[in-house]
Amino acid sequence: MNWVNVLLQGVLLGGFYALLACGLSLMFGVMRIINLAHGDIAVIGAYLIWVIVNQTQIPPWLAALLVLPIMWVAGYAMYVLLLERSRRAGLLVPLLTTFGLAIVIQNVLLQVFSPDDHSLLSSTGTLATSSVSFGGLSISIFGVLTLATAVIVLSGLQLFLSRTTAGRQMRATAEDPGVAELVGINARSVYAKATAIAVAIAGLGGIFLAIRQTFNPSTGPTQLIFAFEAVVIGGFGSPWGTLLGGIVLGVAQVIGAQVNPQYFVLFGHLVFLAVLASPRGGILDRRGRAL
Amino acid sequence: MSLLEVRSVDAQYGLLKAVRGVSLIIEEGETRALVGANGAGKTTLLSVIAGAHRPAAGTIIFDGVDITRVPAHKRVGLGIALVPEGRRLFPGLSVEENLSIAGGRRRDGAWTVDRVLEIFPMLQTRRRQRAATLSGGEQQATAIGRALMCNPRLILLDEVSLGLAPMAVASVYDSLRGLISSGTTVVIVEQDLGRALAVSTRVTCMLHGEIVLEGESSALTREQITAAYFGVRQPSIVGSEP
Repeated sequence: MNWVNVLLQGVLLGGFYALLACGLSLMFGVMRIINLAHGDIAVIGAYLIWVIVNQTQIPPWLAALLVLPIMWVAGYAMYVLLLERSRRAGLLVPLLTTFGLAIVIQNVLLQVFSPDDHSLLSSTGTLATSSVSFGGLSISIFGVLTLATAVIVLSGLQLFLSRTTAGRQMRATAEDPGVAELVGINARSVYAKATAIAVAIAGLGGIFLAIRQTFNPSTGPTQLIFAFEAVVIGGFGSPWGTLLGGIVLGVAQVIGAQVNPQYFVLFGHLVFLAVLASPRGGILDRRGRAL
Repeated sequence: MSLLEVRSVDAQYGLLKAVRGVSLIIEEGETRALVGANGAGKTTLLSVIAGAHRPAAGTIIFDGVDITRVPAHKRVGLGIALVPEGRRLFPGLSVEENLSIAGGRRRDGAWTVDRVLEIFPMLQTRRRQRAATLSGGEQQATAIGRALMCNPRLILLDEVSLGLAPMAVASVYDSLRGLISSGTTVVIVEQDLGRALAVSTRVTCMLHGEIVLEGESSALTREQITAAYFGVRQPSIVGSEP
């Protein structure tokens, strides 16, 4: 039963990684941009909800409703002001741009909030710590909530991309931006919307981050690595692959911790390296089919 | 007033000049064949007209409005649609999705997915199939249908028969004749001189980025066009006005 419990904790942790990775996967899928500032953007979301809750004393769920549109607008502006120019210069320049952005975000957060740890734990009562026991298994309520949110977000994203005109235009632009322009699609606007959605989802991941653990201005890069590993394990650009990648990473980390608490991160990295070294290069392709 | 006027357009890729001082007038309802050897600048000229390639010099006037600096997606709304060389469908999207994707900025008009499937019956059973899995002829039909869904006033067709089986070419041209007879203005780039002459009202021949021959399709002989095509000699322009 102990190993079943370990697997369950891994799956629930994977839900959090999938939520973090979702925006990263979307940006790569649509624009071929690997956003190295993704983890730091999630941390901005964490600070944003922390500030709103502490300044206004409104409940965290209500603050979350404020954070998402703010992040959406910030994402749109980030594309228009920063990424558009660098995207035209090839694949390497956006990578360097987002790397620079990550450094700027970390230093601004350091300047504004100090290096001290912050957390939303005190404002959310027992949400992050309560669990239910079921047949010898201990199920974290917050873990289930995180996994359910990840599934809802990824399902919503999948439905948006496949069923709506805006989603189809996003897929078309991802496949051939030049021809997309020739059928009347404004590729610039599509890219800006994709970045806005990705940043809003990263902000949502940041909200869950703020509730589940402490965070400081240096938390972002670690979150980026976990998100990146989840995306690579699942297969770049596939929403369901991202969920699966997050779960595989979470399970690997929890198994590692079971072997030795120091191996928590190591086991995740080993799975990531194994996937990188394999000729398949991920679990699912961009359309969600097994590779 | 002409539907399209291209005035002294230059276009280049880096240092290579692909189009040199080209001027062209297309009247509403006309079908213009643009012929020439590989590298003559035909595709670049169509790209410049559609807004996919920015000209180095010159002006594009569409329906009396200077559109030289108008981006490609806005030209679709004005009524210009390009069927690019090699079809360039969105391979991961279904036929229906490829056709309906143009919905955003298209002009108001009569073209619907069902009407496109009516003029291209070969697509009727492929409606929900991914574009990547279609045959060459079906892909070309989808590409033309996608352009028609923009309800264009001017449709630019680049190498519609390239890489297609003879039966597929015949089928695509049968559908094109219906389109031409409906009054849509068409500029067609075609390597097959016989087909180009059969469907067009006027012919323009390009060589090394310049127009070397232009005239009524019925007034030009095949020998005149062939000579201009290969640059054997420089024939005179026949009839400056259509």
